[in-house]
Amino acid sequence: MTKRRLEPLLWLAFSGGGVVSAVFLPVLVLLFGLAIPLGWVRPDYNYLHAIFSFWLTRLVMLGLIVLMLFHWAHRFRYTLHDGLQLRRLEAPLAVLCYGGAVVGSLAALLIVLTI
Amino acid sequence: MSAPTTYKRTTYKQPVSRLWFTKKRTYFLFVLRELSSIFVGWFSVFLMIMLYAIGRGEAAYQNFLNWAASPVVVVVNVVALAFLILHTVTWFALTPQAMDVRIGGRQVPRVKMVNVAGRTVPAATVVRVGGRRIPPGMVIASQYAGLIVVSAFIIWLVLR
Repeated sequence: MTKRRLEPLLWLAFSGGGVVSAVFLPVLVLLFGLAIPLGWVRPDYNYLHAIFSFWLTRLVMLGLIVLMLFHWAHRFRYTLHDGLQLRRLEAPLAVLCYGGAVVGSLAALLIVLTI
Repeated sequence: MSAPTTYKRTTYKQPVSRLWFTKKRTYFLFVLRELSSIFVGWFSVFLMIMLYAIGRGEAAYQNFLNWAASPVVVVVNVVALAFLILHTVTWFALTPQAMDVRIGGRQVPRVKMVNVAGRTVPAATVVRVGGRRIPPGMVIASQYAGLIVVSAFIIWLVLR
């Protein structure tokens, strides 16, 4: 019963995470994953701190990270489940994936609150 | 008296190899697309580490940059970028199939039901503002327009 009630919600989070990942991640990976660490562009620390401590940016980052985590959890669960034919491990896989997303979301909340 | 007979299910279940996705190119592409979720997960962790470092001060941020510039992390992020572009392209391509956007007179969003393997299931979210269906090409194009606007805004915000 719980499973039936949860599944649409999980799918919604997966789907929302898919949309925000598709729209936001290419530029974020390019910028924060490659361009800034490799020194192609050098935004000032104080300026970055000002951007990321603004309440709206915090809210957007929290929403983005939580949706990304649930997108990962849902899709990865079914990738293992169907891809590797791990039907017998259905329950532990679900606990591992969604549990990981919940723990990650709490961590994101703490991080966003303390910037 | 004979022992009670136990009946076993007699339906034939075709065994599926664990390496089924290596058998066909389309299967392989499907699995690559599904594996993009690993990099969505990875980058959510990367963003958290970055935000944590920014919150801890300039020295912590410099440590983060040094770590992020190490060869292993750079290689992971290059691979992540490739997978995330694959995610974007495939996700945008699928949207018109999952969402039926219509414009016109009626204003009731409803769910279209279709028959899949004998069961009636919701096929797609039908966003209806009337009768005419927006062509799939336009739905896809508008998503790329959104992607460009968001990307340009983020680059402007961070680099101005």
